Amino acid sequence: MYYDVIMAGFGGQGIQTISQIVALAAIRRGLNVTFLPSYGVEKRGGRTNVTLVIADEEIGSMVTNHPRCVIAMDTIAVDKYRDQVARKGLLIANTSLVPESMLDRNDITPLALKCNDEALALGSVKLSNMIALGAFLQKTKILGFDDVEAVMDEVTPERLKHTIPANLEAIRRGMEIAGNGTV
Amino acid sequence: MTEKKLTKGNIALAEGAIQAGCRYYFGYPITPQNDIPEYLARNLPKCGGTFIPAESEIASINMVMGASASGKRAMTSSSGPGISLMQEGISYLAGSEMPAVIVNIMRCGPGLGGIAPTQGDYNQAVHGGGHGDYRNIVLAPGSVQEMFDLTIKAFELADKYRNPTMIIADAMIGQFQEPCRLVPEKPVEFPEKPWALTGRRGREPRLLKSLYLGDYEQEEHNLLLKQKYDEIQEKEVMVEMQRLDDAELIIIAFGTPARVAKTAISMAREEGLKVGLIRPITLFPFPTKQIYEHSKKAGKLLVVEMNTGQMVRDVRIAAHRDASISFYGRPGGGFPFPDDVLAEIKKALDGGPR
Repeated sequence: MYYDVIMAGFGGQGIQTISQIVALAAIRRGLNVTFLPSYGVEKRGGRTNVTLVIADEEIGSMVTNHPRCVIAMDTIAVDKYRDQVARKGLLIANTSLVPESMLDRNDITPLALKCNDEALALGSVKLSNMIALGAFLQKTKILGFDDVEAVMDEVTPERLKHTIPANLEAIRRGMEIAGNGTV
Repeated sequence: MTEKKLTKGNIALAEGAIQAGCRYYFGYPITPQNDIPEYLARNLPKCGGTFIPAESEIASINMVMGASASGKRAMTSSSGPGISLMQEGISYLAGSEMPAVIVNIMRCGPGLGGIAPTQGDYNQAVHGGGHGDYRNIVLAPGSVQEMFDLTIKAFELADKYRNPTMIIADAMIGQFQEPCRLVPEKPVEFPEKPWALTGRRGREPRLLKSLYLGDYEQEEHNLLLKQKYDEIQEKEVMVEMQRLDDAELIIIAFGTPARVAKTAISMAREEGLKVGLIRPITLFPFPTKQIYEHSKKAGKLLVVEMNTGQMVRDVRIAAHRDASISFYGRPGGGFPFPDDVLAEIKKALDGGPR
């Protein structure tokens, strides 16, 4: 098993958080993981992206320019990474912010997901990353809901522990939408 | 088995230093190594250590020298221009035969350059940097686990040979995260230090110096150092070798390019191309023998670096005279993707050296 994904958006959208969740859940499953965040001149609202590689064998490269999946939480992320998605790969795009017309590649599976709208419907736009995470779990099947649930406590800082149930609900919602093929 | 924790390269290195018994850290901030002092500022005092944010890199290395002279394990870390400022001190450490660990999480240059990953400081670390006829021991981690393990090894080697030891890593190795076992694989070694300046009461005075003005004194000293470097070359080479049995082409790379090469080699193997890897873990001592032996057999070498060609010179010296050597380099913050390396593999197999 070998899977690579790039998650990208702007600072504050929770890209680092969902990447951490996936990475930790994979480690718990006994898989190898590399987690490469963007680094450097960091500021609020700046660009953020993470390259994750998950495998049951030794991982060589921690960089990829043909990821099997891209989660793009805003327009700039789609613009930058859409053409990199491997053929037959998966592009999950937050179409609350991204025009659907941008998902115009016919050799990949685009998933238009109104992450912000779905999150708002659940009570907070801050849950939008969890909607995307749910869709990722549902579509890729490399990890299950239980794997993710098991690490939520570890990745959540003390002051945010009370948000875990809402986050889990948003993940379930993301899974549900992706499962129904609703776009 | 101990649980592995998702850990950033720089943090694994800093924790490795603490577990190696380093209790003195001196440094001045610079990206992309700031996680190291940040972690040590918080955690070194908790285990009775001393963290001093020095006024400059020149001060840092000289504080390291002071702590080292007293027999304590001491470290500094920096990047690019900061390491350049330390070169005089490193030369003094080498001349006075004092152990120290100096970490360079490389940023691109020359000059102030940029904060992107690079391997532009290979020559500086491996072939001097400071003045005089000396060698650093140089370790090149290729994973987060090695950032931890090799930091412990760096302190052991520095003490064993009374020699400055450098750890050089590109910023990708410093910044990325992997599962890491944050306990030493075996008990940490603490050699006796019968040379340390610990107060002369009840014993003969000791002297640490790098000044030799008498007739032939300096030459004698240099020859003794040479003997030590030869012993290090003989005994301490560390190298990872993969898929060499049937290899017709061997990639030689360290740090991030070696990681990328592993993926490229798997891709090449799927296409039936016989490619292997030699990854130097120690850059000094360099795996000269291994490269010679395997280049004789494979015939073709491809050196991949994140610079315009530095280690490739050492490969040329090491390789069998009949081996053809290609080079692929990405300088100044550029790095290779697996596809890029695969394309170079094909070129090297088809065309030979460029």
